[in-house]
Amino acid sequence: MSQSCPLKKVDDYRWKIEKTGGMHTEGLIFASEKMVSNICSDNAYQQVSNVATLPGIVGYSLAMPDIHWGYGFPIGGVAAFNLNGGVISPGGIGYDINCGVRLLRTNLSKKDIGKNIKNLIAGLFTNIPSGVGSTGKLNLSSQEVKNVLEKGASWAIDAGFGEKVDSENIEEKGILEGANFANVSPRAIERGREQLGTLGAGNHFLEIQEVVEIYDEKYAQKFGIFLGQITVMIHTGSRGLGYQVCDDYIKVMLSASRKYGINLIDKQLACAPVLSDEGKKYFSAMACAANYAFANRQIITHWVRETFMKVLTKSPKDLGLELVYDVAHNIGKFEEHGGQKIFIHRKGATRSFPNIPVLIPGTMGTASYVLVGTEQALKETYGSTCHGAGRVMSRTQALKGERGSELAKRLESEGITVHAKEWKTLAEEAPSAYKDVNLVVDVCHRAGISQKVAKMRPLGVIKG
Amino acid sequence: MKKKFEMINHTADVGIIAYGKTPGDLFENAALGMFSIITPLEKVSEKILISVSIDAHDNEELLITFLNELLYYYSTKKVLFKRFDVIKINETHLDANISGEQLSAHEISNDIKAATYHNLKIEKTADGYKTQIIFDV
Repeated sequence: MSQSCPLKKVDDYRWKIEKTGGMHTEGLIFASEKMVSNICSDNAYQQVSNVATLPGIVGYSLAMPDIHWGYGFPIGGVAAFNLNGGVISPGGIGYDINCGVRLLRTNLSKKDIGKNIKNLIAGLFTNIPSGVGSTGKLNLSSQEVKNVLEKGASWAIDAGFGEKVDSENIEEKGILEGANFANVSPRAIERGREQLGTLGAGNHFLEIQEVVEIYDEKYAQKFGIFLGQITVMIHTGSRGLGYQVCDDYIKVMLSASRKYGINLIDKQLACAPVLSDEGKKYFSAMACAANYAFANRQIITHWVRETFMKVLTKSPKDLGLELVYDVAHNIGKFEEHGGQKIFIHRKGATRSFPNIPVLIPGTMGTASYVLVGTEQALKETYGSTCHGAGRVMSRTQALKGERGSELAKRLESEGITVHAKEWKTLAEEAPSAYKDVNLVVDVCHRAGISQKVAKMRPLGVIKG
Repeated sequence: MKKKFEMINHTADVGIIAYGKTPGDLFENAALGMFSIITPLEKVSEKILISVSIDAHDNEELLITFLNELLYYYSTKKVLFKRFDVIKINETHLDANISGEQLSAHEISNDIKAATYHNLKIEKTADGYKTQIIFDV
């Protein structure tokens, strides 16, 4: 397979795919030499080429170093489109709309929590519902659901789940504008209503971490981060509501693709012109799911604060559990770059704007990172960088490796406490199933599309 | 027909190749394959029966719509399905009875977010039909 791999080296961290067949533009993949063989054997590059065939694509069909094979668009893919002639595609954002990461800082060092780490993890595990099909503790009326979908994190804050200041450090301040409840199906609302305030399963997690390395003192200080500090990371998204919105609108887009005469190499790329009726409706429903996810992470934040106060018997002021940032890695946005208005899809990619934090979750037992966005990213990737480690092993392969219970034991011996609903999902998410997050982050740093600020290692993990 | 379905493996997601003598068989086996990923079905009984009726633009979209309809019931009614009887099927319409048991009695191996349209193609083979389906897990 790899002998026919069309990746052409540009420099140590950039690889191009030339325009062939129906491609409207070239592909550009950020990767190290070592990563390229994986990308080739995975056929993920083919998906970068497929995205390049969609009408109105501007710049390159982009992929970040954590690129891996997905359905339709690759995971780690970034694609920007003209507002006139370009398209919007639910498959370019994914089923878990606004899957993202929130990082909370604290005033605490490891010594301040000491042996309480186990109590904290146990308390969080009880307080925050997780696992397959987990349902929340909230029982919302239809009117409240409408407000969640249209107001996002600010709904949660107004409902008592947090502080006004929290929204200052959320992408789009926790409200993606243009959300319209009327374009979300009753089924999506039914699935979302009972899952608000839940972590879910799969690669979603909540971690208590320790800052183990500072790379950029200036930005660390600006973001309120210091060496030895305890942080809390929340990685989850829009749950069943997002999956249903995506599925509902792929069907709409399949019909729209026929209507507008858009030739699809893969049905999962189904799309419509950005400003068509179908395109606008999908955007307004996708924004609802994005807002639901912002609200979800806000509610979980509130329960994290409650648990820390209770277990450590400290005041909110002493704890200092404030947002470093909250950022999406499966989302579509209207943005302006170099005076040009575009619609950008980030599927397994994170916004990288100068002076703003970028959060990269590791996988269980591996490091997570705080990065900062760069001018270079604005020039090269429409302000985008990687989102995480990226799989190298399939889930079933991972299951054949280390057993969930063995994995938990090993992590425990490394000083990491793990609570998981299902041992099997734990094994599927074993760190060895992923690319090394350190290498992924390094490539982004060296290529200049984001810069390292700090590294955290997990002390305790909750998995669905 | 020897095999009903087989598992395939991609890096990020899970998939199956389903087989069937008739389109009805193919749809039943695809649904069986999907729920086999979610849980070991030998432990599931047939206590709850639901009827579904689906329309789509063509047979491929009909298949994914059918599978996602089942995931919707799995997610909202919290039922694991193990038996699928296609009553009526043509290119754009399907009626089926499905039965299974409450989720709470069972352990889940993999959650499935959705059946995707990725490279979707229903093929005619010498002894019936076959198709590949990739799931977002």
